[in-house]
Amino acid sequence: MEQLVYLIPLFPLVSFIIIALFGKNLSKSITTFLAPGSILASFIVALLIFGAQLSHNHAVTVPLLSWFHVGNFNAEFSFLVDSLSIIFTLVITGVGFLIHVYSTGYMHDEKDYNRYFSYLNLFVFFMLLLVLGDNFLLMFVGWEGVGLCSYLLIGFWFRNINYSNAANKAFIMNRIGDLGFLLGIILTFGVFGSINYHEVFTQIGTIVVDGKLITWITLLLFIGAMGKSAQIPLYTWLPDAMAGPTPVSALIHAATMVTAGIYMVARCGVLFSMSEFTMHLISIIGISTALLAASIALFQNDIKKVLAYSTVSQLGLIFCALGVGAFSAGVFHVVTHAFFKALLFLGAGSVIHGMSGDQDIRNMGGLKSKMPVTYITFFIATIAISGIPPFAGFFSKDQMLAEIFVHNKVLFVLAVAVSLMTAFYMFRLLFLTFFGEFRGNDIQKNHVHESPKSMTVPLMILAVLSVLGGFIGFPHELGHTLGIHHWLDGFLATSVKMEAAEMTLNTELILMAVTIVLILAMILLARTIFLSNKSVPKSDDEAMPLWKEVIYYKYYIDEIYEAIIVKPLNRISGLLYHYIERSGIDAMVNGIGASVVNWSQLLRLTQTGGLGFYVGAMVVSIIVLIILMFVKI
Amino acid sequence: MLVFLLLILPVVFVLLTLIFSDKQAKNIALLGSLATLGVGLYAFYQFNLNPTCSCFVYHTDWIKALSADFYIKVDGIDIILVLLTVLLVPFIIQSTAGRDIKNPKAYFSLILAMQSALLGVFLAKDALLFYIFWELALIPIYLISLIWGGEGRQRITFKFFIYTLFGSLFMLLAIIFLWIHNPARNFNIYDFYKVGTLLTAQQQVFVFIAFYLAFAIKIPIFPLHTWQPDTYVNAPTQGTMLLSGIMLKMGAFALIVWLIPIVPLGWQLASKYVIILSVISVVYGSLMALTQHNFKRMLAYSSLGHVGLIAAGIFAFNLQGIQGSLYQMLSHGINVVALFFVCDIILNRMKTDTMQKLGGIRNVSRVFSVLFLIALLGSVAMPLTNGFVGEFLLIHGVFQYNTVMAVFAGLTVILGALYMLRAYQSMMHGETNALTETFGEITTNEKIVLGGLAVLVIFFGLFPNIILHVSEESVKQLIEHVQNAAVLVKH
Repeated sequence: MEQLVYLIPLFPLVSFIIIALFGKNLSKSITTFLAPGSILASFIVALLIFGAQLSHNHAVTVPLLSWFHVGNFNAEFSFLVDSLSIIFTLVITGVGFLIHVYSTGYMHDEKDYNRYFSYLNLFVFFMLLLVLGDNFLLMFVGWEGVGLCSYLLIGFWFRNINYSNAANKAFIMNRIGDLGFLLGIILTFGVFGSINYHEVFTQIGTIVVDGKLITWITLLLFIGAMGKSAQIPLYTWLPDAMAGPTPVSALIHAATMVTAGIYMVARCGVLFSMSEFTMHLISIIGISTALLAASIALFQNDIKKVLAYSTVSQLGLIFCALGVGAFSAGVFHVVTHAFFKALLFLGAGSVIHGMSGDQDIRNMGGLKSKMPVTYITFFIATIAISGIPPFAGFFSKDQMLAEIFVHNKVLFVLAVAVSLMTAFYMFRLLFLTFFGEFRGNDIQKNHVHESPKSMTVPLMILAVLSVLGGFIGFPHELGHTLGIHHWLDGFLATSVKMEAAEMTLNTELILMAVTIVLILAMILLARTIFLSNKSVPKSDDEAMPLWKEVIYYKYYIDEIYEAIIVKPLNRISGLLYHYIERSGIDAMVNGIGASVVNWSQLLRLTQTGGLGFYVGAMVVSIIVLIILMFVKI
Repeated sequence: MLVFLLLILPVVFVLLTLIFSDKQAKNIALLGSLATLGVGLYAFYQFNLNPTCSCFVYHTDWIKALSADFYIKVDGIDIILVLLTVLLVPFIIQSTAGRDIKNPKAYFSLILAMQSALLGVFLAKDALLFYIFWELALIPIYLISLIWGGEGRQRITFKFFIYTLFGSLFMLLAIIFLWIHNPARNFNIYDFYKVGTLLTAQQQVFVFIAFYLAFAIKIPIFPLHTWQPDTYVNAPTQGTMLLSGIMLKMGAFALIVWLIPIVPLGWQLASKYVIILSVISVVYGSLMALTQHNFKRMLAYSSLGHVGLIAAGIFAFNLQGIQGSLYQMLSHGINVVALFFVCDIILNRMKTDTMQKLGGIRNVSRVFSVLFLIALLGSVAMPLTNGFVGEFLLIHGVFQYNTVMAVFAGLTVILGALYMLRAYQSMMHGETNALTETFGEITTNEKIVLGGLAVLVIFFGLFPNIILHVSEESVKQLIEHVQNAAVLVKH
């Protein structure tokens, strides 16, 4: 069954090629059928392979062809099917399919409908390549490929120069990470003589490798992860990326692409866990990002921006868990997060659709009666992300928190703080959007409507997944082997097994209970402020306390980057151009040229026309030549 | 004989172009370049089957008094450059379709003459012959820039001419020096490789510097590059394409074949410095590109950065570095010709390439914006485009030589994307203005040329083995020779 794996990326690729080649000449209805259909086909193949994997659970490599080789460096196009790659594949194709369907409704009136779907198909192709490849370079191909599609889709409405700016920013920030990734691959090859996962990972433990080199490799790779998964300091592109169409935010900038960094760390878990330094760093960066982004999300008024910062924050939390070695718990949270965050974004898209493009929650309110399906599904997703049992987010978050608790109590406290902020800002968003009085203008008020079936059905399916998704990883402390938890550990089995988080059932239950109570308290707080007191965030013109202003304006990080990196870079290149290139080197070259001309003016004086002078010069020259012949160089 | 045909075919078509009328000139030249392409592709195919075929060597007496031979040969390294030359010239000629060219007979015959001289440079295995072709190649491009160039062409072309001539004189000096020290008293390249082992370290460094000056000016490498931006901007589009697409590869090719293997110890002693200069080229060229307002000038500086990386990979002189440099020469040729054609299309319609004055072209010209984007992606080394394979191997090669250098050289990954995307944005994105509203879709001819190049960008991104496989054996031999020779001298 695994031999069919090449079909999974092939379907979206073929669909992309067809749509791209025919362009505008292809009728919309064909695209509507083809683009989601190709993803569905991939999903079905993935399900079949998943079934096969469940029964025997060992990794299968499917070679396809050699891409390029130089000496003993070999870059292959071949696939690796194991529990990790197949779980990501299922999420990409499953959630991807739903978002494609949703898009057919959301983008219905878009004149560049076909262009949109060609990009979306290409994205899925590259994303699948990223997770299915069996070597670092193929991961890099997918990695850069999804970056390109992200660039194209963020800047989909390129007429708007701000959107185009956001697209450039995303691409270039990712490129900073990609350089780290690239150098990491080269160093990996230098140390292990291969870039194939299997060949690299099996060498660990059998050959003696300088620990410093492993630290360097993992650090370089992690720089790549910081770019793609929007971690400090390379996270500022993700909130700007919301410029793209909302389904794109759901698919690329919430459910799939931004989890690539987590896939990378999990895939190379064996390698990463060899370097204590890198693991600590990952935890620290993860938790810092989670706190920073969550605090920013508390005060944002753009529905998509809140969700964007929430994504950054959740990714940070996952990295924090990865840093303590909780690889499968991290991957589990990626899966559940894909369900409820995609649902939240699609719900937000539905709201924006109903609000005629307005994204400011200060203009919303009371939408629950007018958009009941959107409201209910959004509510479910909000509960799920807040971590209330038995919804999906609870199980995965609980697993991460438990493992963090075992390793480091400080990290645990901070991680709980992130969870509390998450519950607060999510319920703030929910109350401001769907409860209370409608605050928009009259035109909006008359226009607000529930979205079409093509949009609400995906919402409902994702809502079901957000409720039940957690049970695939039911905590083993409560006595079940139902979960993917152990199954997922399979991809780590060949190597050093992570020390499992050992704690008594009692401790875990107490922690669970305390966390849940605190989260409920936060929800109650949000309810008091935004529902009972009907408090609405102030407009931007009104003064606010300094601390709030700093957070509201995202700690001015963008401005700081602008001031310390972008402007100096432009200034330095400008200065170099004027003072070194123009007035320096080129002026010198021209100066030498001019002086040659001057000297030749002087030499021309020797052309006297007098025969005596010429004969004399000739004699002198011959003497010089004879002398030179004796003095050999 | 196949190899001789390759060299002589463009010359035959130079004559044909001159015989027929001005109206026919372009078509005959195109036919000639296509015929040469056919022979070149056949040679490439044949080389894959039987690299030792006698059809790849043409060796005859030439100047007996000096034992200089007319010796041309196809080997695994020069075949890549031959492929580059025969592949690009048809595109360069076809890129004139629909453009008004003064005195087309002269123009197209000069392009073909240039092609022949370039092929001669790559194929020559006799140092004097190499030198002659090297100088011959300068004449057509000098005339093309001088006669068909833009404003200020006299001054700029003169500077370019004198600058490169200055470099070539050092090369001549080095060749004569090697001839004197050659016991066989000939100019045969393989004998020159042996001469290296007889020279002292000091002498090798001397020869290294002399050759380096000639080649580094041609490539160009910082700080010998200031002739380049003006010349690129000033030359007519086809001149710029010839210069950046093919001619600068003469220098890079010569580094691999005519410099390092001849004086291995000289390379060993100097490599540190020349790699630093090459890496400075990468960063400096990219920074210069960032600050340009004219698209053509930006491309010129971008080219400086890209070839700097090629040179760095060559000076690292390991398998990845050399293979990467050969691959990147091919890729860079394709990408830069495509991008200069993009620039030509814009200039032809808008009469300006000042990027701030443009904008929103993507709204009115879809095919153009897609093809432009593909060429751009090749240039910024997106995986699955031709640029990635070369750049990856080059950084890999430099990394093996020195890690820190590789990090600096790798900055091209970031800076390249930065200036290219900025340029694309300011010309293509946003709303159209009064000027760009009139842009319209590009013509069929333009679609064919740019589309063909875009296909090559992706083709060579997907199937690099076709090329790498051909050159690997020759490159390995050359590296082995250099390693052995460097050791011999040391003891």
